[in-house]
Amino acid sequence: MRHFNKFKVVLVSGLLLFSFYALAQNMDLKTEEPTDFMHSNGKIFVVMVVVITIVTGLLIYVINLDRKIRKLEKNILSGKV
Amino acid sequence: MNKAWWKVLCVLLLLYTCSMGFLVKIPVLDGRLQQSIRNLYFHVPMWFCMQTLFMVSVIYSILRLRKQDWKSDLYAVEFARTGLIFGLMGITTGAIWANYQWGEPWSGDAKQNGAAIALLIYFAYFILRGSFQDSEKKANISAVYNIFAFAMLFPTLWILPRMTESLHPGGQGSEGNPALNGSDLAPSMRMVFWPAVFGWTLLGVWIATLRIRLQKIKLHYATLQ
Repeated sequence: MRHFNKFKVVLVSGLLLFSFYALAQNMDLKTEEPTDFMHSNGKIFVVMVVVITIVTGLLIYVINLDRKIRKLEKNILSGKV
Repeated sequence: MNKAWWKVLCVLLLLYTCSMGFLVKIPVLDGRLQQSIRNLYFHVPMWFCMQTLFMVSVIYSILRLRKQDWKSDLYAVEFARTGLIFGLMGITTGAIWANYQWGEPWSGDAKQNGAAIALLIYFAYFILRGSFQDSEKKANISAVYNIFAFAMLFPTLWILPRMTESLHPGGQGSEGNPALNGSDLAPSMRMVFWPAVFGWTLLGVWIATLRIRLQKIKLHYATLQ
């Protein structure tokens, strides 16, 4: 349970909620095309969500790298080698 | 620099950029640029970031020559390395944009050629460093080279493209500076552009400092053995 921390719970539930939001569709009765936000403007906001996902992933990666390096630095400072 | 606040700021600015970059209203003047002007929040900050990192790098090169310490050399090389990565991303994204805007990825535009020359000059910095056995010689000679490389950065990016017609916006010869007409920008776009520049630059600084810290740890273990 040590790795099951609050941050991950919030992240996963946030992403799940977001996908439910993306699934919600409104139909144009004449053309039968979905007209919700994610389908507007030539579906450009799908690209936005993809970009946000990639950048968030990369940022989490950089934050983790930062933490790992900090751990090594602490070990060196405390004389543990 | 080991504080967390500017890293939090970096994350917030980048998330703001990646969402507002798509959401903010843009003026559609004609059918040419259309929505692709949103590349302004991603392609242009790469160059701002590269310039900032190269500037930090050259400051440390000067410090290295004055103080003769290994730390300044390490900072200079890692900032230059990260700057080069951002420059490569700038030139790649520029080619992608140009392919759809100017009809081909590389049209020999004055600014494209200048940027390519600038990147080649910085590539040579790393080749030069690789050709030394003696670490003191390597640090000093490459520091001198870095100063020359930085001196060439401004002519290649800002002066030479002004001499001729450029495909970049605002490039009417001596009339203006291609791709640097901030006053042309719609106010709503300025509200995303400058945070974008700041956020991407902070990310560059962050990655450079990570590499520096890693090299320091490596050096620590190397001296133990």
